[in-house]
Amino acid sequence: MEGLLPQLEVVRKDFPILERTLAGGMPLVYLDSANTSQKPQCVIDTMVDHLERHNANVARAMHQLGAEASEAFETGRDRVAAFIGAPSRDEVIFTKNASEALNLVANTFAWARGDLAVGEGDEVVITEMEHHSNIVPWQLLTQRTGATLRWFGLTDDGHLDLEGIDDLITERTKIVSLTWVSNMLGTVNPIAAITRKAHEVGAVVVVDASQAAPQLPIDLAAMDEAERPDVIAFTGHKVVGPTGIGVLWGRRTLMEQLPPFLGGGEMIETVTMERSTYAGLPHRFEAGTPPIVEAVGLGAAVEYLSDLGMEAVHAHEQAITAYALEGLATVPGLTVLGPLDATQRGGAISFEVDGVHPHDIAQVLDSRGVAVRAGHHCAKPAHARYGVQSSTRMSSYLYTTPSEIDALVEALEYTRSYFKLG
Amino acid sequence: MSATELDALYQEIILDHYKNPHNKGLREPHEAEVHHVNPTCGDEVTLRVHLTGEPGAETVADVSYDSVGCSISQASASVLTDLVIGKPVDEALAIHESFLTLMQGRGNVEPDEDVLEDGIAFAGVAKFPARVKCALLSWMAWKDATARVIQEKAS
Repeated sequence: MEGLLPQLEVVRKDFPILERTLAGGMPLVYLDSANTSQKPQCVIDTMVDHLERHNANVARAMHQLGAEASEAFETGRDRVAAFIGAPSRDEVIFTKNASEALNLVANTFAWARGDLAVGEGDEVVITEMEHHSNIVPWQLLTQRTGATLRWFGLTDDGHLDLEGIDDLITERTKIVSLTWVSNMLGTVNPIAAITRKAHEVGAVVVVDASQAAPQLPIDLAAMDEAERPDVIAFTGHKVVGPTGIGVLWGRRTLMEQLPPFLGGGEMIETVTMERSTYAGLPHRFEAGTPPIVEAVGLGAAVEYLSDLGMEAVHAHEQAITAYALEGLATVPGLTVLGPLDATQRGGAISFEVDGVHPHDIAQVLDSRGVAVRAGHHCAKPAHARYGVQSSTRMSSYLYTTPSEIDALVEALEYTRSYFKLG
Repeated sequence: MSATELDALYQEIILDHYKNPHNKGLREPHEAEVHHVNPTCGDEVTLRVHLTGEPGAETVADVSYDSVGCSISQASASVLTDLVIGKPVDEALAIHESFLTLMQGRGNVEPDEDVLEDGIAFAGVAKFPARVKCALLSWMAWKDATARVIQEKAS
């Protein structure tokens, strides 16, 4: 099959978990990578080595271990900056996860004064295909400030409905926040075009890159400034890194204007009993002891991806996704939600099967070793848009093989026979 | 999970109730209506309770419901209504308690068929922590609705 990662079997050996078996001796077929990705040995080893040999707090310990830990932590930041082509490494802020990164932005906007202040008459624009993490923070922001929340609707074939964009993005728009790649529909959104439009009216653009960072090459510095988002957020655990760490990249001139988020250690310049002054980027937004070993692990993770080459990872995803769409189309009664053209979508494919509830599908698939997600995938409004209560989602990644897709299709056939459907 | 465990989860009785649910659909009269959701998966039930009789000695005259969800949650709503409709509230609450104990027993509780009838088919569900909430959705809704009616009558 064209487009697959060269030496896929060798790559798979980097991920020890892929070799384990499940109950009944079933080999693991892991198709839940949009939920969380598996970890290569180099990430595991790097984190263990850090804890075994270099553990200390960062930026405040005046001893050799402290220096080593600080260097490892900041090297993690350098690697993440290189991974997304950040114009400046100081624009990379570590958070707990993508949700915290998005909440950081929404909260600091709620507290902003002057040019960035959000209030009555202002509008925040999101889309109907967002993960709850990119809906709720903006509902909170607009409720707290009296601003109005608006959103792009979706077309029947799973794309953003851009027809009304001139009515939606106007002089009143302060912030446009949208996902790059949908976690439910798989749709890849035209970030550059929407960002250009938003910048024309002076709006700030926030992009949820949680599903994009794992599979699309991102080079922020290479983007035309008019088309470059002002903020992108993603999480470490979906890019073969550990949980507990997220990334917020924010344009320096924006982030320097936003007020602090959490107050505490490390985010200050000086503190008196009356008032404090704050550290520069990125520490201004990193109060308290950060996720140190997680940052070190994330650095190893993005370096692993860069060594494989994000172009190659993307090509692999597209090849597997096209193959999966073909396979799923052979299952009677199965309907895919979202674009059917693999070149227009990411590797998460949600679907329904007539007559079987997604939980029951996932349960039977699990008995065959096939791990998928079932439910609303934290995207209830997108499900509601298509009149669907919940769906089953398979999501591949760089280690997914065509034979695993075959196993999924075969297990879906088994599910239909188990529930006596034709 | 092996095929045997899968069969223990999806007993024929459960699949029968799923395909042909008993007492489904919302009916009048009712004194309370509740809406319960399982936030992790999105399963929903709207459930109505109609009680008759004197305070302290009520009978479950009707339980009607509308729901969306998996086979386990749908079948358990069907079994619930079969078990409690027509029973004195006290007895119905005892059946509820018995079902709850079974579901929370991690597969170590021996169900009493005299009390739970078709409900014993859910014994296998107790071994799947992720599915226990599915089985309990309508049961919790029924208890909530019943408590509301009794409270309202008392006040």
